[in-house]
Amino acid sequence: MSEAVSALNGASFAGLARVEETGLGGMITLRGDFASAAFRAAVKTATGGDLPDTRRIAFGDRGAVAWMSPDELLLLVDYAEAAAVTASLARDLAGEHHMAVNVSDARACFTVNGASAREVIAKVAPVDLAPGQFAPGDFRRTRFAQVAGAFWLDEADVFHIVCFRSVAAYMFNLLSTAAHPQARVGVYS
Amino acid sequence: MLILDCPYCGVRAEETELHAGGEAHLKRFGPGSSDEDFHDYLFMRENPRGVHFERWRHVSGCGKWFHAARCTQTLEVFGTYSAQTTEPPQQITDAISAKRPGWTWRGLSD
Repeated sequence: MSEAVSALNGASFAGLARVEETGLGGMITLRGDFASAAFRAAVKTATGGDLPDTRRIAFGDRGAVAWMSPDELLLLVDYAEAAAVTASLARDLAGEHHMAVNVSDARACFTVNGASAREVIAKVAPVDLAPGQFAPGDFRRTRFAQVAGAFWLDEADVFHIVCFRSVAAYMFNLLSTAAHPQARVGVYS
Repeated sequence: MLILDCPYCGVRAEETELHAGGEAHLKRFGPGSSDEDFHDYLFMRENPRGVHFERWRHVSGCGKWFHAARCTQTLEVFGTYSAQTTEPPQQITDAISAKRPGWTWRGLSD
């Protein structure tokens, strides 16, 4: 098999915040009935994480589980494991109404890190990012300027963004522009 | 700018994150219906100044369709509710009646 590479090959930009493409990430779209015990068990088996609350992300020892909609989760796993995890989900959920698709190669991943990271994202997404309104473990599907994307904040105060691979260059340029050293607004400082 | 609460994910979403889906609670007339009914279903829409019921989709968020009741004149939002219904729930019509006594919309009224 050919060697997989990420959309921007780890491009990074340092300004008000550090913007970085984080390389290949394993992502599985999983749809089904959240109330089903078999569904919850399968999620636990796949990632080690429990089902997250609405608009939250839950972390397990083998990955993370993000709340995408009332019937959809995004499982974040190791890139190399994604195909195998998708196959085992299909086995675990046989007979259950569900859909599990490995979307790793359709996506790009970024981090925004630094003191002004909240401001950088607030410039381009219609989300209230005031400290306390958006806390570690919160997950939000939204738009970044003109493209769809989702992001969450981890315990180390680093923002992680996922978007479609086809708009990875747009996303990187957008975040880099928002993080331009002379573009400080200071709204959260 | 219009700001609606998505009843599925709870996000207070502004207009740019949503997509308008036209008039709510349309009754579909398909094969076997009269030409007149089909014509009205396809083309005839309410265009009120005041209370209006619409469909919206949280397109950049959870992706779900939902309903909204609002005032076209003031952009006041009376409430949003699930898409899995053929008529507005009681709490929505009560909220409208409290603010717009005597309102009417298609077959609905105060």
